[in-house]
Amino acid sequence: MILTGVFLAVIGLGLVGWFAARARARLLYTGRGSMHSMPNYHGWHMALWIIVPALIAWAAWSAIMPGLVDSVVMADPAAASLPPDAMHRDAIMAEARTLAANPNAPVFNAEAQTIAEPLRAAQTRYGLIGALIIAIVAFAGGAFGFTRIRPDFRARTHVERAVLGLLLLASLMAILTTFGIVASLLFEAGMFFKDVSPIAFLTGTHWSPGNAIGTDIDDNFGAVPLFWGTIYIGAIIAMIVAIPLGLMSAIFLTQYASHRVRRWVKPILEILAGIPTVVYGYFAALTVAPIIRDFGATLGMANPSTESALAAGLVMGVMIIPFVSSMADDALAAVPRSMSDGSLALGATRSETIKKVLLPAALPGIVAGVMLAISRAIGETMIVVMAAGAAARLSANPFASMTTVTYQIVQMLTGDQEFNSPKTLSAFALGLVLFIVTLVLNIIALRVVKKFREAYD
Amino acid sequence: MTETKLTARNVDVYYGPKKAIDNVSIDIDNGIVTAFIGPSGCGKSTFLRSLNRMNDTIADARVTGEILLDGEDIYAASMDPVALRARVGMVFQKPNPFPKSIYENVAYGPRIHGLAASKADMDAIVESALTKAGLWEEVKDRLSDAGTALSGGQQQRLCIARAIAVSPEVILMDEPCSALDPIATAKIEELIDELKENYAIVIVTHSMQQAARVSQRTAFFHLGNLVEYGETSEIFTNPREVKTKDYITGRYG
Repeated sequence: MILTGVFLAVIGLGLVGWFAARARARLLYTGRGSMHSMPNYHGWHMALWIIVPALIAWAAWSAIMPGLVDSVVMADPAAASLPPDAMHRDAIMAEARTLAANPNAPVFNAEAQTIAEPLRAAQTRYGLIGALIIAIVAFAGGAFGFTRIRPDFRARTHVERAVLGLLLLASLMAILTTFGIVASLLFEAGMFFKDVSPIAFLTGTHWSPGNAIGTDIDDNFGAVPLFWGTIYIGAIIAMIVAIPLGLMSAIFLTQYASHRVRRWVKPILEILAGIPTVVYGYFAALTVAPIIRDFGATLGMANPSTESALAAGLVMGVMIIPFVSSMADDALAAVPRSMSDGSLALGATRSETIKKVLLPAALPGIVAGVMLAISRAIGETMIVVMAAGAAARLSANPFASMTTVTYQIVQMLTGDQEFNSPKTLSAFALGLVLFIVTLVLNIIALRVVKKFREAYD
Repeated sequence: MTETKLTARNVDVYYGPKKAIDNVSIDIDNGIVTAFIGPSGCGKSTFLRSLNRMNDTIADARVTGEILLDGEDIYAASMDPVALRARVGMVFQKPNPFPKSIYENVAYGPRIHGLAASKADMDAIVESALTKAGLWEEVKDRLSDAGTALSGGQQQRLCIARAIAVSPEVILMDEPCSALDPIATAKIEELIDELKENYAIVIVTHSMQQAARVSQRTAFFHLGNLVEYGETSEIFTNPREVKTKDYITGRYG
């Protein structure tokens, strides 16, 4: 509570420092060339010296304070009545914390009431100590910054370096997060593979984690039907739709469409790419799937299911069209104009030029685009959750319901879950496989694109 | 004795509202090399591209007036631009071989026009075109190598071979040596000199020395106008127009 106020106070102090330093620098400014840096930069320099060290102190104190508070509360005589069991004790502490913040909160453990008061006292004490430390740091930083305001001080250089650091931090953030995700995936998947053999997981054909108890555990975690469903829906059915349509629309847009048509159609295609996948999902489930079920019935299928690989795959294909189209568009546009000119000048028609010169020349880029599209399709979740079904089935019948890796991950991680059961942990193993496959596809695709770019530069 | 191959009468070329070529009339003869010279942006390449309707590929380009090939209007509705371009070949500024093998680069045109009845026919066409382009000896053992793997000068000769392979009547060359070193340039110029026996050749060039070396007739363009057209020897030694004289003596351009 106190620390939140301190945080705002630090920011406010930084603002004050900014104005103070700028005003001071303006007094020193006597004309063009009289100072190395403009007054604004001195303002920023000062503000940074106030805010950055103080916020580091703030973050550090926020991290260690709860531990200090807890140890003080535990030493309090009121805590003597707490049960020795660590889990129970943590629950009481959590309640006491709620009480300390809001005395009217409902309580289940009476002990929480008894330690709430010492807890609040400790929080206040340590909060004030923290505020004092942070204030000292902020004022020390500010004072140091203020003494450096001199005409020849290179405030601009320092500020720019700080901005550079900030930018570096921002770019590292995404990378570090990725590493964090990979590490957690690896860790949880490792837990899973302690119970289930990786070979059984990767080659088994029977998937029913719900039945996995006791010794036959390996037999129920065969993920091959999931991989098959994923590939069948995402890489086969969806691509049968997306590749021809995407490619043809790219050819039309780059080669035949007038400027006016292109100006309209291209943004519309891009809007299509921005539709939330959940919208495609219910389109697949409510509109396409029934049509396909009826179609299956007219084909004479005994008992066509409402959920089908075909429904999910078709809609996913439509969803991917703009993606394939824009990648193919880029690849075709990257082929130098001189190439098609050369062909046209030989008396080739436009369609001969496209078929025999442009497409072969753009092929690597198109292939890369398709690979990226596949990696998107197999990672797609909403459509398959809503339209593909839950049955882990090894079948080539597009009217059958099928399940995918992403669908199973959602299944395992929603609702009640125990984090030590192989059933839940299997989600992480599946996630790891999906991650590796898409990573490999993306790396190959990016390399192909890079090679292709080099060829025409 | 030469005969007129291409005739332009009062030709204007527009890019959108901008007039790039203003009322140009010129006769281009068979069996000789005609050079178009002039400062950058004077319209000489634009005019060249209107001779095989390559300007059709530019969205807002428009040509008015008359251009006759053997007395036939190439902008007439009955004229198929695809058939026209097979008769009037073109070589571009930057060598632009297709990303295919050397053989396939040359065979491309004959194949789309159905000029070869058999594989042996095609082999003969490819060999003859490469020979005429002076490239056969250099590439005969590696016809399946990529055309793009050749040196710049070889690539340009490959593009000339590609143009010759469809047996055109006119070859248009748009600054064919501007991307090449002097040795490769000399080879191309030698080749142009040999080829003129069988084709009407039009070459756009920035280099006045090149125009003087390879051409028999020279046309000087300035700001979209054809300023002077005549025997190359006349233009370079005794120009009638002051502008021509200023340009060839390097006063501007």
